[in-house]
Amino acid sequence: MAKSNLTRKDLADAVADQLGLARTTCSDIVDAFFDSMKSTLTNGEPIKIVHFGTFTLRDKNPRNGRNPRTGESILIKKRQMVSFKPSKKLRERVNE
Amino acid sequence: MYAKVVLPMGIGKTTFFYRIEGWMVTTMLKKDLINKVSEELVLQKQDVSLALDIILETMGEALAENRRVELRGFGSFSTRTRKARNTKNPRTGVMMNIPERKTLHFTMSKSLKESLIHQ
Repeated sequence: MAKSNLTRKDLADAVADQLGLARTTCSDIVDAFFDSMKSTLTNGEPIKIVHFGTFTLRDKNPRNGRNPRTGESILIKKRQMVSFKPSKKLRERVNE
Repeated sequence: MYAKVVLPMGIGKTTFFYRIEGWMVTTMLKKDLINKVSEELVLQKQDVSLALDIILETMGEALAENRRVELRGFGSFSTRTRKARNTKNPRTGVMMNIPERKTLHFTMSKSLKESLIHQ
């Protein structure tokens, strides 16, 4: 694929260009957003962002797994997974 | 999660909406995210709110162009293509064509995945 990935730096640049704030402040803002989203999800709280989508948590039960290389049996601990459901607006935008 | 609370007659007939913490699972909304970030960085809410709109707009634009959005430490968003297919309308039995469409996919980062493992 010729198209490059969009990273935090690109987001900070976009904010800096459009808001006229210092570039370091913008990268702090971008980092703060994703850090607080991460800590919210870690606390088990879902996030809903209008016109973008929702992040919800799904519980996974503990289960026995096997190391594919050695064949050893191990317990996979209880965990949660984040699932993202894009909003209708975003889905329509992607399919334009 | 908001709960509707109706106060007794003496206080007034007004209906209030209270945010109840710990009662049901609360959901973080856009405004909560903005409040948290503006407090954390001591910035004006207005600026932070505009910044979030720009961030989401830029992400949406990139995804519409089929680019991957990679946010280290959080996760990445990518598009996947669903093939066009012919299917029957279950109610009428009429064959119809569903055109090719794109879906969005979110993958958790390794660090987010690890922080969600319960001891």
